Amino acid sequence: MAIKNGDGNKNANFTNRSIYSKRNLWSGFLFGIGLAAFIDETIFHQLLRWHHFYDKSTTDIGLISDGLFHAFSWFATIGGLFILADLRRRNAFWMTRWWGGLLLGAGGFQLYDGIIQHKIMRIHQIRYVENVIVYDLIWNLLAVLMLIIGISLIIRTSRRKQPGKAVSHEQ
Amino acid sequence: MIHFTAWTVSQLLLTLPFILAFIMYITAAVLSSRRYKPWPLYRTICWTFGVLFAVITVVGPLANLAHTNFIAHMLGHLLLGMLAPLLMVLAAPMTLAMRTLDISLARRLSRILRTRLSRLLTHPIVASFLNLGGLWLLYTTDLYTLMHENILLHLIVHLHIFVAGYLFTVSMVYIDPIAHRMSFLYRSIVLIVFLAGHGVLAKFIYAHPPTGVPLEQAKVGSILMYYGGDIIDIVLIFILCLHWFKATRPRIELTMR
Repeated sequence: MAIKNGDGNKNANFTNRSIYSKRNLWSGFLFGIGLAAFIDETIFHQLLRWHHFYDKSTTDIGLISDGLFHAFSWFATIGGLFILADLRRRNAFWMTRWWGGLLLGAGGFQLYDGIIQHKIMRIHQIRYVENVIVYDLIWNLLAVLMLIIGISLIIRTSRRKQPGKAVSHEQ
Repeated sequence: MIHFTAWTVSQLLLTLPFILAFIMYITAAVLSSRRYKPWPLYRTICWTFGVLFAVITVVGPLANLAHTNFIAHMLGHLLLGMLAPLLMVLAAPMTLAMRTLDISLARRLSRILRTRLSRLLTHPIVASFLNLGGLWLLYTTDLYTLMHENILLHLIVHLHIFVAGYLFTVSMVYIDPIAHRMSFLYRSIVLIVFLAGHGVLAKFIYAHPPTGVPLEQAKVGSILMYYGGDIIDIVLIFILCLHWFKATRPRIELTMR
């Protein structure tokens, strides 16, 4: 592939990032899933202790879903960052598109966690209080917000695939 | 008293292979360093700590406590089945053996490593199945109770935990030469499924303690298994990704020269 590697050459980065547009999206997406899961684990499980390790009402499929997502999120965090390093060494990192992917991954994971895992599979609740619905609403609205911003960033960066066009690279 | 002696013999039997492995490794490292360039020190350190973690699991205070305490048993499982194998794989014992043995013996070893049986045992799915399957069997049937009553069973289970852990690690990260290399994506997917199975089993133990294990011990042991497994598997994931990162480095600059 035609990778231009001129030092400090912004045009080379414009060309390369178009070639690796998809990879930028994947890197952000994977890291986004990992980041959301990491925040869920450190803040809500360990620091606040709102989330419980195990809830008796957990369904079998909930246990499996939790296990798979937990495992996948570790892999996604590390893998996503390695892909980011790969983009950097190819001078093909595209910040805006990467953030689009990140918000898509983080929002998607949080919405899945908030609707499917918490409510349907009942692996645990956000917090064990009476008005948990307030927590659920805020949780899922934040997820939708991240999804909307993420998708709009992705759409915006998809339109400018033509390399060499005089466009500003920061949004 | 007889009971005590029998358990002591069993502990010694489990320790012996590790002590032998340690002596052989150090001898090989010293001998081959005289003939070729020095064997990397960090590999010897990895082997030393790997053997150390395995030994403290099978003999001494932790091993004794593990008979009655599930938390100690689980710590032992993490050390013997995950951490010790990882460190010992990183020590590249087969590479060391190859450069220490004379050519005919090295060739024979290489032939053994390429046999169908060894290919089968180091296949990611087979190794994962041996590893995880053994654990599911141990914690969801009466095997856990039986193991503490029958010395032979105790020996077999502990050997299995180590060997399965070692084969699993070998099948995931290629430090030593391996006959059949699977793609990074293939190994990644199997590793994720394995890690998920490990986590699911940990949470299952939380809700359904093995027979004879007090609920409180089961809960702490389960959390230890869940997060302890994470920490060790993060290292595995990191090494796997690092190898992928190195293997896919751009080669443009070379071709331009």
